Amino acid sequence: MIWSRHNISSPSRADVLLARLSGSLAFAVAVLLALVLLMLFKESWAVLASGGWARFFAGEGWFPSSGQYNLWPMLWATLVATLGALLLALPLGLASALFGRFYAPRWLVLPLRRVMMLLAGIPSVVYGLWGLTVLVPLIAQWEPPGASLLAAILILALMVLPTVALTSEAALAAVSSASLQGAAALGLSRKGIVLGVALPEARAGIFSGALLAAMRALGETMAVLMVAGNVVQTPGSLFDPVRVLTANIALEMSYAAGEHRAALFASGLLLMLMVAALAWLAGKRGGRLYA
Amino acid sequence: MQMISMEKKWCAAVCVGLSLCASAWAGGNKLVLTGSSTIAPLALEIGKRFEQQNPGVRVDVQTGGSTRGVNDARTGLADIGMASRAMKSDEAQVLVAHRIAMDGIGIILHQKNPVKNLSDEQIKQIYTGQIGNWREVGGEDRKITVVNKAEGRSTLELFLHHFQLNNPDIRAHVVIGDNQQGIKTVAGNVGAIGYVSIGTAEYEQTHGTPIQLLPMAGVGASVANVREGKFPLSRPLNLLTKGTPTGLAKRFIEFAQSAAVDDLVTAQYFVPLAR
Repeated sequence: MIWSRHNISSPSRADVLLARLSGSLAFAVAVLLALVLLMLFKESWAVLASGGWARFFAGEGWFPSSGQYNLWPMLWATLVATLGALLLALPLGLASALFGRFYAPRWLVLPLRRVMMLLAGIPSVVYGLWGLTVLVPLIAQWEPPGASLLAAILILALMVLPTVALTSEAALAAVSSASLQGAAALGLSRKGIVLGVALPEARAGIFSGALLAAMRALGETMAVLMVAGNVVQTPGSLFDPVRVLTANIALEMSYAAGEHRAALFASGLLLMLMVAALAWLAGKRGGRLYA
Repeated sequence: MQMISMEKKWCAAVCVGLSLCASAWAGGNKLVLTGSSTIAPLALEIGKRFEQQNPGVRVDVQTGGSTRGVNDARTGLADIGMASRAMKSDEAQVLVAHRIAMDGIGIILHQKNPVKNLSDEQIKQIYTGQIGNWREVGGEDRKITVVNKAEGRSTLELFLHHFQLNNPDIRAHVVIGDNQQGIKTVAGNVGAIGYVSIGTAEYEQTHGTPIQLLPMAGVGASVANVREGKFPLSRPLNLLTKGTPTGLAKRFIEFAQSAAVDDLVTAQYFVPLAR
């Protein structure tokens, strides 16, 4: 490798400039995040101050016109939809990654990855449109009304599947070839290598991928809004229509004023805290296992 | 190095200067309309024609619902607000409404649903969950899927007002945002019942979407009947200004109320004013 300067420990003027520029940009991103949080707090303050947190977790339900802001039903719906989507997407994505990494014929590997990347790039509103015109009528034939928790879970699973598959594949690719060759030299079967060596070593990466997928599912709005039915109720079965927190904000924000608006900002704050908790968890788990 | 930075500075200065000029220019000849998503497509078309006849004028239309239209007109965020409902009494004190067209709300069912008639009482019972199967109103043995609008929509307000219902009493199975989502939901479910703008529904129906519009109190749900004022579930489409409009806003409103835009109103399946 050829360096333009002999001594890289004394940085040039351009380096100093670049360091300052990138540093200040990174700092700006952090400040932006803080400002978003501050804005959420400020906008939701009206309802937080008047009734405290208690109002969001008590009462008959979500009836903004009569001043009732119980978030529990939507919180449950959000959590169940996310969890259901993960339960479906995790085995499928992992299987696809394992296949691509260890079993697929060489000519199939690249097309498979391209398809996954394409799947990841489809706009969520397109998924929603497909769900509304194909998936929901299909479920409605089976058990009306069709727009349901099940439809939301299926759409979300499809949307986070590429995230799981691509991150799992990256994690599997990062497994050291020394371990794999060692295992092969010891005479382990391919199944033994995959289950006993590759998977355990890639565990942390797969786990962070799953958390990333959970964050995407939590935040998804448009597709879920179109297929979930948006009735505010605690889901009792897979066929019940539900409303998730993000869909609630999207449906009502442009029509909300005063306390109602503040309550929507508060539910946005709640979502942000949930995502922050997941991110913290991902960092903690990943960090410990990689150390 | 020095040359490049000089060039950059010049570039920045020119950019800032240009954008300042642009905003100053837009200030005098730009008209901002915000509000009802029902009126927005019509306002957009009227705005285009207005721009053609008045070179240099720009009409900017943004949606966000009647409530936003009222708020923006009141705070001055928009020059003209759009609301697809009549003024409430407290709103009428500060705002002036200028009617530009009429719109009707129609009850829609799937085309394959054999039910061709529902009384107001039956619709009320279906929406409050007292009737849960089409068999009870003379249809097939099929579960009813009640499609309701999300809180805050003017369509919902008009519907609740007409049937004397409170939103918490409604037992909905699907809650939708805009008219298109409602039509797609009903078209995809034989057991569904919903309500949307008649103009939108009639348009979709003639373009092959499998839905049917129910008559109300014996009056067919059609654009023609809304025009004649016969249809019970109808609403005015209003432009709102804070006080009496002046200047550009006044000219635009006069234009929007004139016969020169009747073809645009009809093209959007709304009903022109009776003059």
